[in-house]
Amino acid sequence: MRYSALRIFKEAVTGHKGWTPQWRDATPAEAYDYVIIGGGGHGLATAYYLAKEFDAARIAVLEKGWIGGGNVGRNTTIIRSNYLLDGNEPFYEFSLKLWENLEQDFNYNAMVSQRGILNLVHSDAQRDAARRRGNAMILNGSDAELLDTDGVRAMYPFLNFNDARFPIKGGLLHRRGGTVRHDAVAWGYARGADMRGVDIIQNCEVTGFRIENGAVQGVETTRGFIGARKVGVSVAGNSSRVMAMAGMRLPIESHVLQAFVSEGLKPFIPGVITYGAGHFYCSQSDKGGLVFGGDIDSYNTYAQRGNLPVVEDVIESGMSLIPALGRARLLRSWGGIMDMSMDGSPFIDKTHINGLYFNGGWCYGGFKATPASGYCFAHLLKTDRPHETATAYRLDRFMSGHMIDEKGQGAQPNLH
Amino acid sequence: MIIDHPLLGPRDAQEFTYLGDASLINRPDWQSENALSEFHDYLYLRDNPAGEHRELWYHEQGDRSWLVVTRNTTTHEILNVELAHDVAKAAAAERSAQ
Amino acid sequence: MTNGNRLKGGLVDRNTSLNFRFDGNNYSGYQGDTLASALLANGVRLMGRSFKYHRPRGVLTAGSEEPNALVELRSGGRQEPNTRATVAELYDGLDANSQNRWPSLERDFMAINDRFSNFLTAGFYYKTFMWPKAFWEKLYEPIIRRAAGLGSLTGEHDPDLYDKGFLHCDLLVIGAGPAGLAAALTAGRAGAQVILAEEDFHMGGRLIAESGALADISGTDWVAQIQAELSGMGNVRLMPRTTVFGAYDHGIYGAVERNADHLAAPAEGKPRQTLWRIYSKRALIATGAIERPIAFENNDRPGIMLAGAVRAYVNRWASTPAQSVVVFANNDDAHQTARDLMAQEVEVPAIIDTRPDAPDVEGTEVLKGAEIVNTSGRLGLTSVQVRVSKGYTRDLHCEALAMSGGWNPNLGLTCHQRGRPVWNTDIHAFVPGEGLPVGQTVAGAAKGELTTDAALQGGAAAAVSALADLGITATQADLPAAQDAPVSLSPFWHVKDAKRAWLDFQNDVTVKDVKLAHQENFTSVEHLKRYTTLGMATDQGKTSNVGALAVMAELTGKSIPETGTTIFRPPYTPVAMGALAGRAVGKEFHPTRLTPSHKWAEEQGAVFVEVGNWLRAQWFPRKGETHWRQSVDREVLQTRNSVGVCDVTTLGKIDVQGADAAAFLNMMYANGFAKLPVGKVRYGLMLREDGVAYDDGTAARLAEDHFVVTTTTANAVLVYRNMEFVRQCLCPDMDVQLISTTEAWAQYAVAGPNSRKLLQKIVDPEFDISNEAFPFMACGEITVCGGLRARLFRISFSGELAYEIAVPTRYGDAMMRALMEAGEEFDVVPYGTEALGVMRIEKGHAAGNELNGTTTALNLGLGRMVSTKKDCIGNVLSRRDGMNAADALALVGLKPVNAKDTLPAGGHLMNMTGPIDAANDQGYVTSAAYSPILNTSIALGFVKGGFDRKGEQLRLVNPLEGQEIMVEIVSAHFVDPEGEKLRA
Repeated sequence: MRYSALRIFKEAVTGHKGWTPQWRDATPAEAYDYVIIGGGGHGLATAYYLAKEFDAARIAVLEKGWIGGGNVGRNTTIIRSNYLLDGNEPFYEFSLKLWENLEQDFNYNAMVSQRGILNLVHSDAQRDAARRRGNAMILNGSDAELLDTDGVRAMYPFLNFNDARFPIKGGLLHRRGGTVRHDAVAWGYARGADMRGVDIIQNCEVTGFRIENGAVQGVETTRGFIGARKVGVSVAGNSSRVMAMAGMRLPIESHVLQAFVSEGLKPFIPGVITYGAGHFYCSQSDKGGLVFGGDIDSYNTYAQRGNLPVVEDVIESGMSLIPALGRARLLRSWGGIMDMSMDGSPFIDKTHINGLYFNGGWCYGGFKATPASGYCFAHLLKTDRPHETATAYRLDRFMSGHMIDEKGQGAQPNLH
Repeated sequence: MIIDHPLLGPRDAQEFTYLGDASLINRPDWQSENALSEFHDYLYLRDNPAGEHRELWYHEQGDRSWLVVTRNTTTHEILNVELAHDVAKAAAAERSAQ
Repeated sequence: MTNGNRLKGGLVDRNTSLNFRFDGNNYSGYQGDTLASALLANGVRLMGRSFKYHRPRGVLTAGSEEPNALVELRSGGRQEPNTRATVAELYDGLDANSQNRWPSLERDFMAINDRFSNFLTAGFYYKTFMWPKAFWEKLYEPIIRRAAGLGSLTGEHDPDLYDKGFLHCDLLVIGAGPAGLAAALTAGRAGAQVILAEEDFHMGGRLIAESGALADISGTDWVAQIQAELSGMGNVRLMPRTTVFGAYDHGIYGAVERNADHLAAPAEGKPRQTLWRIYSKRALIATGAIERPIAFENNDRPGIMLAGAVRAYVNRWASTPAQSVVVFANNDDAHQTARDLMAQEVEVPAIIDTRPDAPDVEGTEVLKGAEIVNTSGRLGLTSVQVRVSKGYTRDLHCEALAMSGGWNPNLGLTCHQRGRPVWNTDIHAFVPGEGLPVGQTVAGAAKGELTTDAALQGGAAAAVSALADLGITATQADLPAAQDAPVSLSPFWHVKDAKRAWLDFQNDVTVKDVKLAHQENFTSVEHLKRYTTLGMATDQGKTSNVGALAVMAELTGKSIPETGTTIFRPPYTPVAMGALAGRAVGKEFHPTRLTPSHKWAEEQGAVFVEVGNWLRAQWFPRKGETHWRQSVDREVLQTRNSVGVCDVTTLGKIDVQGADAAAFLNMMYANGFAKLPVGKVRYGLMLREDGVAYDDGTAARLAEDHFVVTTTTANAVLVYRNMEFVRQCLCPDMDVQLISTTEAWAQYAVAGPNSRKLLQKIVDPEFDISNEAFPFMACGEITVCGGLRARLFRISFSGELAYEIAVPTRYGDAMMRALMEAGEEFDVVPYGTEALGVMRIEKGHAAGNELNGTTTALNLGLGRMVSTKKDCIGNVLSRRDGMNAADALALVGLKPVNAKDTLPAGGHLMNMTGPIDAANDQGYVTSAAYSPILNTSIALGFVKGGFDRKGEQLRLVNPLEGQEIMVEIVSAHFVDPEGEKLRA
């Protein structure tokens, strides 16, 4: 079924009887060519692109709960291509270009909204770093503008220009960055994949891998054994747990990132703002809620909840940047488990086990990467070669010394 | 969270800085034949368990002790707290006994 | 307007009349009213508009679960959007406005959405607005955004103060209804430290809302009596107006106390609200229950309310929504609403009960086995249509309807750590299940025990049991006899075949939307919620989630518990951001650290700059200087020509002592320290274990077993932390002790050819600091100014003959003044961080811009410093191939081919030919400055294989600002490359 205004009109006058499931609840077949573990944004996108762009057939997505229930269902919805390093920026630029055409591509309105992202700077050194990054973005085909204080004031007059502890000295503006209705991304990919024959199997938890002679044969699940020629793992915060079933230890720790939304407000913040002197980034959803986040709770955890100190830290930062926020109310907070890697950058790679592929280590930047992650993982699964924008995302890069460390924090996941 | 410091009693976790897996105490021998791969595994690979986790916390805004905290990563229940110095001394003694 | 709907009795103070405004109209109410109760008393039913269809709405509840009656309270910087009229305490002069309507609440243009509701079904927006592509951002989205949202922020700064504090207790009792009061009384009498937190401004919960909850005493009187006793106990802290909003790990609760929201403005210097972090050994959830509505056709008109809320308005606030009220329910409890109304002479035309066997009620007709099939009244209810039996309907005129579908335990706090509630078939509601937060128990209605008697007894028993865990013996307090009629309820969720029957009032989610979600396979609760926006409004579905689950359960043929429950997350009710930020706003966002010479620098008119939490003098403008460059150039030139002084107190300083101090530093630094002689300083480079350089500084050996280490300002804390890690965790058998002395010593760099002469005037004469006796890299403990102990280091960041002198912090100010006075004859100049930066770039020293967390010793040109003959942090992994490539980045100097060009830091470097793109990137500029010595802009940067490219020309590109500048690669040591000056 194709979605359109006309379709809505027809359904409205005929009692909405024609709407069909947006995806089928498939039951597992005996075997598939490709089994994707993880029905989150990345897993669904992988299946979608495998089917659509790489003409693959016999694909299943296995999801332990409900699709889109992980980080794609709870994040701060930001998309951007404003990375510094050459190992990253081409990939995120590829992703942003896919976002720009996504809705027409999968016929689902995910509300891609390029509202602009402004990273504020508060010192000369930060301005130097912003200039280096802005230039790297432009050299990689993305967009960037360097604003001075007045330029920032013109865009966001309600920021704290009067008594800021760390005065705003400018900002790096990335106009093509923005926000997306996150749940719709999962559903759009699911619907698109389903229409192309992908089996989306919910409530199907993988409990083990069947590996013979160094090659994967399939996966054991709560719904029985499912044979597979190739298995792609895309399970974010559960990466270590799932790959441990294949005997692998990963350069990944799991941490919780809290995110927040305020009560609905009339339009207040037009774009996305990132504070340079505290942990705070914020945008406003189409419904009116201010959506914001900050730093991770520092400790390893699989509990999808955080603690109060980080809530306070984030909101202190928010208030010091936007003093008018005091009268707005925090409506809801939630926590998602992040697969924090050792250099803050992800992996899209084969493993030493034939037929087993891994996609993870997205830290808290996985949402914006969803289209390119899916595309590049599909590329790897189909061709056994990395996509040209994802060649750096190798699992052995710490052995070879080719870290991709945007923040320069070294092998400490909770600092990335 | 509240960490029961072996010397100071219960302290708010906010006073501490978190590092990570307590296996970071077991630094490999720099002269080992496979030093490079041993150091790679030591610094970069993690068990990252869902369940009991021995981990390092530093009482930065307190007495500057490094602690080994055994904590459940699914419930956040703290099962044991030791001084990292004691743990490291014991490990060193064990190594030299071998 | 008059208080036409004001009844007799109640807990309002009729001697204190309060004037207030709503939408520009003047009204009056009494002390003790909420905005909602006062509006109802004044005959106002229409209070808001719904989110999506802009349907006219009145108040639904009498508590914090209110979905409809949201207003903008106050104005200017104090304007609070989305304030629930049901919890806004009335004060004299209160000014509120309705929101999300234009031009007025009665005539809202956006109500046109309601006409098109058939097109605006759940999730319709996912299926359209995609063509033409550009229209989403340019047309559709801006329209949607303007229509969406509820109240507004003015953008003005919030003028109020907020505080934060910590509280500790044995037992935290959350909710001061019958269960909570009984628990607090029991625990208080046992001598335990008790906190009783109540979100309402009046304690008592349902005891003050019901007419006959207790047998021999009025609920209000008993509450007053208990409250008086508790107030007299030093071990009990009563906290009304305090919402416990979150249950966090290890018994820590977040709570917000509204200190001044019941006043027009907080008193001078007093906070509006206080955030409390309550550290409890045990916590008792006594948060009561929330009544649920019934879904039927047009069940959202102003005047349609929950039955329990109507009773609360009648009994507590002596106000009725109308003079004629119909009751619609599936349970006995709601019948009491009719009795209470009739007792106040409000007409009750009928009780409509879905149960065929419902009991009779004296004074009104009970229509049994009946249901409401529609309602009328555009801006307020005028009548309901009742289907008495199949095919036969009856119209009942009324201006209000009191409905009840039963009660749901208010169990959010029990689920904040992902505990899942379980279904209770006696009360047909979810009750707390397994996995409660540690130390938490539940009592009363929150536990599903819905009678007053059970709440009283259960609360007291829970307190006894919680205290027993702590070794405190308590005996259950004597409690009054109370109502204990068992719950009599027959589940009834929605009237079948309704066209539009609301489940979530605020977000306009109807039964049909749930059906559509089911039809499109959004059957899991999480999908249902996200697709329809159910439960995502400001009330977080407190009155709607269970009803929607029931509808979904019917559709899927599963039971309600099989269908699931959504996760409750903090906060329990929305919390003002100001409270969560507390005092850490504005200039107080972070503490400000000042150096000992700060006051002196202020006297000199210094311009200060934030460096981490420090404020440092950036430059010292002199009379006649109109541009910062003039000041900085002067400071550099005067230092290089004579002598300058800079406060470097902010550098981290760590004292390292013990027999193994040298061995320890040998482990910390990449280069060797074992053989450093006493009285000498050495530059040291620290690596992370991954081989990346992260800090540099000096270590001075004052004695065999005593070193003084300096770190960069930025890394003072990190280096110290890492040193303690190595000491305690990696080298536990070493005899070494560490202490941070950053704040114990004030330290000044004295630099320039006349620095020795200046210092000779300060240093006591018994200490020979001649070049022979105290050469480059010497250090020693000395005295100055006639016996003041000090440390002197002959080290140089500027490249000049230079020293750093340290004195105990309390002499820092005096030292600065003494240096300036002694230096007068040399025309000494104070210099700030800018001149410091210029001179270090001229000398080619790496700083934060170069030590950016990705660069190695090799990149910095210090590769040979990394010893391979000893163990040290980072040396093994620094040998990885990828970090030792032939074309690795190398730190070089850059100067413009055209001396007039200004080099921007952050520019990228390209070969002279070839395209300008990432593939051809040769490196980047890290630091740049104007050198007044060389009369040109200079820079440091990293260039691929740069050590072998000296003399080569490159293009410095800065497409961000449209620049392209020709530069030449030169040595990073722009001045005195041989180091003759610093050894002079």
